[in-house]
Amino acid sequence: MGEFKVHRVRFFDYMPTAIRAMAFNAHTERLALGRMDGSVEIFNFADRYFQEKVIPGKDSRSIEALCWVGGRLFSAGLNGEITEYDLENLRPKYSLEAYGGPIWTITSNSQGAHLAIGCEDGTVKLFEVLEESIQFERNLDRQKGRIISLSWHPSGTQIAAGMMDMIRVFDVPTGELKTAMLLVDRGFGGSKSRETVVWSVVFLSDYTIISGDSAGKVQVWDGHTGTLVKTHLVTKWDVLALSDESSVVVGTSEGTVIQFQFIAPTLQQQQDKEWVRTRTFKNHTHDVRALAEIETAIVSGGMDTQLVVRPLLEKFDERSHASALRKIQFPHRNLVFCAKKAGLLLFQFPGQLELWRLGESDGHVLFLCDICLQGEDHICCSALSSCGGWLAYSTMSSVRLYRLQTDNNDISISKVPKLPKILRSAHQLCFSSDSSKLFAASSQSSVLVIALSQSECKYVHTLKPKSGQQPIHLMTNSVDGKWLATANSDCEIHVYNVQKLKLHCIVPVYGSCPSAMGIHPTTNNLTMVHADQQIFEYSIVEKQYTDWSRKLQKQGLHNLWLDRDTPVTHVTFNPKNPEQILLHDMHMFCIIDQSLPLPDQKTQFYNQMTLRSLSEQERPSHLHAFKICKTFQDLLSVSLLDDQSLVMVERPLLAITCQLPAPVRQKKFAT
Amino acid sequence: MVEHAEIRMVHRGGSKINFREPVITNDSRFLLCAAGESVNVYSTSTEEYVHDLQGHTDLVTGVVLNPSNHLQVYSCSADGTVRLWDFTDAILIKVLLQQHSLPKSVLITASCFLHLFQLVAVHLPHSGDQEVEARELSAVLCDVSPHAGAASFGREVCVVVLIQLFVSVPHRFSLKSGMKKGAKNAFTCVSCHPKEDCIATGHEDGKIRMWRNFNQKKEYTYSTLHWHHGAVNTLCFTPEGTNLLSGGIESVLVHWHYTQENQKDFLPRLGAAITHIAVSPDGSLFSTSHSDNKITIIQSCVKVSAVIQGLVKGDGVWTNLIIDPRSKALVLNGKPGHLQFYSLHRDKQLYNLEIVQQEYIHEEGLDQFEVVNAAFDARGNWLATVEERRKKGAELEITLKLWAYDELTQSFVLNTTVTAPHEDQITAMFFSPSPETTMLVTTSLDGHFKAWLLADHSDANAEGFWACDFVGGYHLLKPGCCSFSADGSLLSVGFQEVVTVWSPASWELLTTLSQPPGAIRDLCFGRLSCSKYLLGASTKNQLCCWNLLTCSLEWSTPMDVSLLQADPLSENMAAFCSQSGSSDLFVFKPSEPRPLYSQKALCTGKVQHAVFAPRDQMLESCEERTQWLNRSQLYFFTQHMDLLTFSTKTEEDRLLASSKQLMVDDSVAVTPFYLLLGKHRGQQLEKQEALTNPMAERTQLPQGSIAIKELLHTPAHVLPSASFLCAMFVRSLLISSSSARQDNDLWHTVKKTHKKTEYVDIELNRFIYIPLKTMERSK
Repeated sequence: MGEFKVHRVRFFDYMPTAIRAMAFNAHTERLALGRMDGSVEIFNFADRYFQEKVIPGKDSRSIEALCWVGGRLFSAGLNGEITEYDLENLRPKYSLEAYGGPIWTITSNSQGAHLAIGCEDGTVKLFEVLEESIQFERNLDRQKGRIISLSWHPSGTQIAAGMMDMIRVFDVPTGELKTAMLLVDRGFGGSKSRETVVWSVVFLSDYTIISGDSAGKVQVWDGHTGTLVKTHLVTKWDVLALSDESSVVVGTSEGTVIQFQFIAPTLQQQQDKEWVRTRTFKNHTHDVRALAEIETAIVSGGMDTQLVVRPLLEKFDERSHASALRKIQFPHRNLVFCAKKAGLLLFQFPGQLELWRLGESDGHVLFLCDICLQGEDHICCSALSSCGGWLAYSTMSSVRLYRLQTDNNDISISKVPKLPKILRSAHQLCFSSDSSKLFAASSQSSVLVIALSQSECKYVHTLKPKSGQQPIHLMTNSVDGKWLATANSDCEIHVYNVQKLKLHCIVPVYGSCPSAMGIHPTTNNLTMVHADQQIFEYSIVEKQYTDWSRKLQKQGLHNLWLDRDTPVTHVTFNPKNPEQILLHDMHMFCIIDQSLPLPDQKTQFYNQMTLRSLSEQERPSHLHAFKICKTFQDLLSVSLLDDQSLVMVERPLLAITCQLPAPVRQKKFAT
Repeated sequence: MVEHAEIRMVHRGGSKINFREPVITNDSRFLLCAAGESVNVYSTSTEEYVHDLQGHTDLVTGVVLNPSNHLQVYSCSADGTVRLWDFTDAILIKVLLQQHSLPKSVLITASCFLHLFQLVAVHLPHSGDQEVEARELSAVLCDVSPHAGAASFGREVCVVVLIQLFVSVPHRFSLKSGMKKGAKNAFTCVSCHPKEDCIATGHEDGKIRMWRNFNQKKEYTYSTLHWHHGAVNTLCFTPEGTNLLSGGIESVLVHWHYTQENQKDFLPRLGAAITHIAVSPDGSLFSTSHSDNKITIIQSCVKVSAVIQGLVKGDGVWTNLIIDPRSKALVLNGKPGHLQFYSLHRDKQLYNLEIVQQEYIHEEGLDQFEVVNAAFDARGNWLATVEERRKKGAELEITLKLWAYDELTQSFVLNTTVTAPHEDQITAMFFSPSPETTMLVTTSLDGHFKAWLLADHSDANAEGFWACDFVGGYHLLKPGCCSFSADGSLLSVGFQEVVTVWSPASWELLTTLSQPPGAIRDLCFGRLSCSKYLLGASTKNQLCCWNLLTCSLEWSTPMDVSLLQADPLSENMAAFCSQSGSSDLFVFKPSEPRPLYSQKALCTGKVQHAVFAPRDQMLESCEERTQWLNRSQLYFFTQHMDLLTFSTKTEEDRLLASSKQLMVDDSVAVTPFYLLLGKHRGQQLEKQEALTNPMAERTQLPQGSIAIKELLHTPAHVLPSASFLCAMFVRSLLISSSSARQDNDLWHTVKKTHKKTEYVDIELNRFIYIPLKTMERSK
């Protein structure tokens, strides 16, 4: 495996923000996730829950609810605006003031023709979904008190609204109030004067309404008559989220997720079905704010910032990666950049950048500077040149470029004043290895090439693919400065010849999104790792897959490798040993040695401990290409400096949990 | 040989009543439970033993009500038969023979039971014969856990648990437990909902899972209930299915509401770990069986209404078996930290005496205090107990406690506590039987024996306490046993190979007797005419008898005596010998060479505990072989903790007759108590009726009246004139205001006497109507 000096970096105070809202689009199998800081993440559930897109947040924007209409994503927040997102350019398309005060909820009817929003002033506003925008249509009967939750009846003719102490049912065509259901019981221990908040409401096709409220109750109502059918006391605290598919899932502020199912008591009495509380999952420590039930799993997220996919085991025949519990804690992209020559580290936060210098073996690290943003936009990407002389970042509205000059412990940062006008925002930024060029991924999968020099920077060319609408999420260039590879969310990988400034080739499209890629410094082979854990090596020069890659695909990867639950986020190479490819994901660090035989299904995959116990003579017979090290956990980044030392950036999950506010309740024995 | 067959070994009391779950009858009046080789019937309201269903010749392994007739019950046994009983009259109706023997079978319902840990369905043939052979056997499942809670029948499903959950009929569905390594979610018990398709399973980690929707393939779902911290021992749905009951080592009955699972009620402090729960068919009564051989009857989960307590055997019997001289009860360690008083005649626990006086924690693997030794003095005024805590790697904690009998409260009161009376385990402890002194002798492995005396106080109002009087030893050898002679004038202590004889009056070492090799295991003085003999059993297969007058060995015989027990009321001695894995019994007199009674292969394993219990009434058997049973009865514990005794044919017949006598009225649970009180009450009731209803009395009057008899029976030619008779007749219909009752009594006596001779009859008649005549004349 080789020996490396390791910088174990644990001073990156990365703190994800809490999950606030969730919407699942069953048609495209995409989950939209809204966080407290206003950022929206899109996960592709068909592709191993890969985080495809991230729309950075904004200080003034808050998301209370998300809603899909077809392929279009809408959000509404307490700033009183409805926002539609441009998922191709990763930016809000437009925002519309609803004039009803803060908006608590947004929901679309099943036909996709109308949006309903619930406002602080007690109005339910209907918006018509047009081709390019939405248009206010009318208000439903105005009520006193805020509207916290809304749910359309699947037919689209009625809508149920959860309010303070009340559930109201409106007739949509006339806009009149049909039924009002009063929550009489204020619940458990709480003072009688405190209002009960109906945090969520679900309108089922058989006109049953299920509500979850702040008294900790899940109540089943008859929507025709407005009578209470059944009450399940679920928790002593709030019931925050409800979701339905074949069953109803309930999230509580204790962090539990409870499933209710519509079950017939006996085989003969199929028509007397009733809602029965069945399973309880406890995967969260804090409030569960958002829930989605997909076909085979329950997806939940909340204050403890992690997205949990809990598969329903009875839906699976055998154990596989899909039937395992999955927690998504870290983003599937890089937040750490390393200047290999200069030994600098750049950490990207939503609102600021931090620059650190790695120390010598005495472990002394130096904080150099942090760059705070002006304006309320959050950073969407950043880059640091390998010589450590340039730094660039981009927000939704602008790109900034800085010139760094370091001598010993002093650093001077000067902003490059005049940037080409064409460079307004970028999805990805990347410096060429000799720091003479800056590549910025722009809209429509195009890449802007900007030449950098001491005095000025000027726009050179726009590299455009033949096709492609989706944003670029990965960009890498070769050490010799000749090749540039980009990958977009449509799984297309384009290779450009930077010297000739033209498209060189398109790598055959594979069904899964690439999660990391790198160009080998000597052979110029492009190594790609996909979200489904497959590894490909493509020779740029010969425009075909290499023999090693073909062999690997023919033999197949080991099941243990394929069953890992976090994608590889970084690929680098060892210049001293060209056979070695360095990869890492959240839980492991791996060196693939291409000179060694590939493991087949029968060989022991994690064999480092066995190898250590064997004698020198026996070892070669047990070696295989994948050398996996699990010493470092919760890895955010691994990079190999030019002096053959490894930088391991860890962010222990325990440290994240410590920074969270105290949970409502901790499980105690026998309670 | 004919005489020999008369003495039979019988289970008389002390059987396990918590072996299988009990059955409550439809009217909730009786509780039936398997107890050894019989099925016991208890009254649920008075907790009294009513009668038993006897007939099985091996362990009864299951009891279930006949679903088609609620007055009948099926029982199955390891002897290979299924029997049908009428439990109200204890009549055997039918015997179903099984061509295979059922070594360990669990009866589940009338048509299905477990056989060789296979679930087997048995078709019960309908025929009038008394003995029927059930031939139709169909195996349903094999590899079934022998645990009783492992199978359950629902509405139309049957569930059996081992490592997997099987649901069979209408279709089979199985589930594996242990989905994760290290998770302790193995199934322990199962119960089916009576009305809905829901199965509750208990798990090793204390969770209860409710499985639903298992009819659809792969659509099954479950919810989890978690309160127990130990394994869930038993689960039971109430008949309507509205509640689920569960129990475990915590000795708390948990009462879950079926639809609102987070609501639960508790009935705590039930005393010992719950092993079975049964519910009466109307749901009004619950019964929980406990690991300390107890059945608690609970009225709809709020109130314990009755406790049926069997002989507590717990983890083992540490103390000797002792007979309390006052109550004639068998005394041994019972509940943890308690001494139990058990009436052998009535098969009932009398009471528990708390010895340790410390909170008992219901958890596995804790070292807790145990009562390891107890002794009574000859009159039952004093009780000595030793408690001990064995801790691994720590010092032994021993406490000696002396209890005085308080006449006022009729119970023992703690008098003296001696902490660390010896430095090592106490091996034997006896009171001196002499009436002059109260002396206690303890021997211990620390090489000493100590004599404890009740110190007398000069002032009368201060109570005396116990103090050590003498510490004896012999060449630093470890004493293993000791014995007092019947009059208390001699004390013999066995120091390994050497038997020392001491005078308790002066603490003088009188003599030493030795018969190496082999350490002395048991010492016993002869009684009555044999009091000059001292018997000792040694570990090296020797039974020796010394004559104390000559201080020489009288006889010895090679026997591996594991226990030597003297009858306090006769010269007889019982010696239990272990030979090739089983025990033999010899009853003999020390003075006679021939044993009175011997029984080879009594039971398997060593007999460690035995006692002669004096009889209430002496038997008058003159047969030579049964004579030794006349004054007292020998009880002993087998290795498997079965309490056995010896009984003769005549005695059994007598018992059977008396039990038949008890069965009189079936309107109330028939118990001896009822018979006593019920008759009395019946009389009272009649009287009351008579008082409150004078009409009844009056209408009776004319028929019995003498006047009418007079009228009808007297020959016509001697009758007075009709006018005279009429007046008399009318008068007889009137009741005199003052002494109607008295008169009645008078007439009563008259009626009785006049039956004797006709002559007297006429005489009396005259006597009666003479006063009437005079009255007429005076008018």
